[in-house]
Amino acid sequence: MSPVLQLRDVSKSFQAVRALRGVSLSLHPGEVHALAGENGAGKSTVVRIIGGEHRPDAGELLLDGEPARFSSPRDARQRGVAVIHQEPVQFPDLSVAENVFMGRQPLRRGRRIDRREMHRRAAELFDRLGVPLDPTRPTRGLSIADQQIIEIAKALSADARVIVMDEPTAALSAVEAQRLFRVARGLAGRGAALLFISHRLEEMYQLCDRVTVLRDGALVSTDPMAEVPHDELVRRMVGRSVEQLYPERRADVGEPRLVVEGLTRVGVFRDISFTVRRGEVVGLAGLVGSGRTEVARAVFGVDGRDAGTVSVDGVALPAGDPRAAIDRGVALVPEDRREQGLVLELSIERNASLARLRDVSPGWITRRARERALARRWGERLSLKAGRLTDPAATLSGGNQQKVVLGKWLATEPSVLIVDEPTRGIDIGTKVEVHALLSRLAADGLAVLLISSELPEVLGMADRVLVMHEGRITAELPAADATEESVMRAATGGGA
Amino acid sequence: MREKVVRWEVVLLLLCGAVFAFGSSGTPGFADAGNIAFLLQDFAEVALLAMALLPIVLTGEIDLSVASILGFCSALIGVLWDAGVPFETIVPLALVAGAVLGSVNAALVVWFGLPALAVTIGTLGLYRGLAYGVLGDGAVTGFPENYRPFATDAIPGTFLPYTMIPVLLVGLLAALVVHHTPVGRSLYAIGLGEQTARFSGIRVHRVKFALFVVSGVLCAVASLIYTLRYNSARADNAAGMELIAVTAVLLGGVSIFGGRGTVLGVASALLLMAGLRNVLFLDDVTNEVQNVINGLLLIVSVLVPVAANTLRGRRRPRLG
Repeated sequence: MSPVLQLRDVSKSFQAVRALRGVSLSLHPGEVHALAGENGAGKSTVVRIIGGEHRPDAGELLLDGEPARFSSPRDARQRGVAVIHQEPVQFPDLSVAENVFMGRQPLRRGRRIDRREMHRRAAELFDRLGVPLDPTRPTRGLSIADQQIIEIAKALSADARVIVMDEPTAALSAVEAQRLFRVARGLAGRGAALLFISHRLEEMYQLCDRVTVLRDGALVSTDPMAEVPHDELVRRMVGRSVEQLYPERRADVGEPRLVVEGLTRVGVFRDISFTVRRGEVVGLAGLVGSGRTEVARAVFGVDGRDAGTVSVDGVALPAGDPRAAIDRGVALVPEDRREQGLVLELSIERNASLARLRDVSPGWITRRARERALARRWGERLSLKAGRLTDPAATLSGGNQQKVVLGKWLATEPSVLIVDEPTRGIDIGTKVEVHALLSRLAADGLAVLLISSELPEVLGMADRVLVMHEGRITAELPAADATEESVMRAATGGGA
Repeated sequence: MREKVVRWEVVLLLLCGAVFAFGSSGTPGFADAGNIAFLLQDFAEVALLAMALLPIVLTGEIDLSVASILGFCSALIGVLWDAGVPFETIVPLALVAGAVLGSVNAALVVWFGLPALAVTIGTLGLYRGLAYGVLGDGAVTGFPENYRPFATDAIPGTFLPYTMIPVLLVGLLAALVVHHTPVGRSLYAIGLGEQTARFSGIRVHRVKFALFVVSGVLCAVASLIYTLRYNSARADNAAGMELIAVTAVLLGGVSIFGGRGTVLGVASALLLMAGLRNVLFLDDVTNEVQNVINGLLLIVSVLVPVAANTLRGRRRPRLG
């Protein structure tokens, strides 16, 4: 079958940066096409060109074999090309159906919105997708997974033939991801062409028919998915072979550094007790919503606590005071790096110094030179790829943003490091670096608490795994006993 | 490649130059030392209120009650003076009153999490009402001759008024704190990403609380100058001055959404507005027209950065 959409020798530069160099790609009806590559490889630029946000500098975009120019994302949508973003932006107070039909509501006489028709059609779309969502409820409070379904329904309602999914699974649980894959396969089965982007290679093998690999803005290869073995795919993405995703670790465990006893936040989690020792990486696993992140927030003091104690190296931390926690050597790399880890509009160096402003300000005067030296030191140590340190953090790729957050916290010279989803949405190369870093830090005597939705990460990194279910710790497994099965059993309430 | 955007402060200073050049060539009396002194003096209170507002706006909040705090403090000064309290005692009392009124704003915004816009519109009315409650419709005059020169006269040997001393002091202190201290860094971080600021150990609530209190104290300082300058304590002193101060802050390039702006920008805007007002005054332009101009400036100052941002946003590369 002839392709619906094609990129032919497309190049695109942003000022001096060549984001894409002669990339070609064709999407066929009924096919799920994977786009693989590290951060900065040009995947997002491809998405933005297909979605009508950018226009190529050279080369062309063909729709049904005809050269096409999308003047805007809206124009692209109207011509059957839809992009589903990682975290959709919706109107939380409008109903599900209103979000689906935003701007294209079915009308009655006198240009009034026909609510009943709108709800009926929305229900029909969700039926087709096989996801029971109530079209009349407000969007507020829906999971990211459900919000993506709304975006897909929106695309379907506009008769999209090309659907681009830009890292849709980054914030989804395994169950939610499987549901999304069912929906995606259904769409392809009905003749849509899908472009799927993910950092989780396993997902590509599960879902996709063909895979295109980009590296440094150039096309590396396009092959049927089944013909590219995992190691080969990684080698093509990184340009070298990655020996292992997780470092060899030999825990040299010392005295307790972080001791949490009976920590309770009414209605969120209760009676949480655990210890993280010097040199140890403790994994905190559990499904999204089990209270993992909330425990980390309470330990760090961003949230208060109703009962329990937290102490670091034998000294108790006051409740609800992050500053005190930082001063006592606790660092938290938060889950949401855009909203909690970085101030995107501030420069890289200002972000890097944010958690230790006092140290770059002897005599209460902030010294730019010290600030810059701090950013440069940590930038080098973490091999940060950035233009200038005075550029806004927003200009960095996800992986490099995460490095800035890590650098910012390591600069506080913590004794306890809590990392919440440290590798979410970052490329394999950086992921390996982050894992090696955590391992090295533990070897240097830090106590590391690792929270992650990715079980392989927890199992690969942790010396001990704590599993949470509905606000309680339901299992504590030494690395030797922790398997995907045993952790999942505890995470779903089955006991260890 | 560096974006070639002319800094807003430069634009303002050029405009300042234009106004002063126009004034000196086209308006008789403008360039006189006495007139320049008057022009500077006439903006002392507005400058203090603007410097009080600047850090608050940087964090994304606002304080519209500034002129009302000035009014209340002025009324309080009048009542106390009328009751025979020595002026040396009145000064600290006025400052404390300013701090208390600022704390009320702070408590409502920080502890109860209410929007500063609503809170300070409320206290704008409330404090002005209290001023009338304290002093009524009348005026108190006859302030001590040994203090009045500090609000009216020039520093001996220069044409600069004494009031330039507190204004410059506050301006320099603001520039130091906002641009060169951890507190200043915190203000921008709060304005651009409050959650991240909190996660970085910045005590957001404490910072905001302090800003409203400091704002109250600066308003009290302004009230002392105002009262002595006009030798008159009235409940309606400086009514409506909050709009001029807000205009100066926004015209100075401070984003109403927080996180953007400089002390130099606000200072340039103050100078520009002072010059403009003086030229219009000398050219016998009516108060109503001056108000119209002030209103237009306010709108333009909000429009320009939004427009500039939109243009810049189109060009910003996003890689990945």
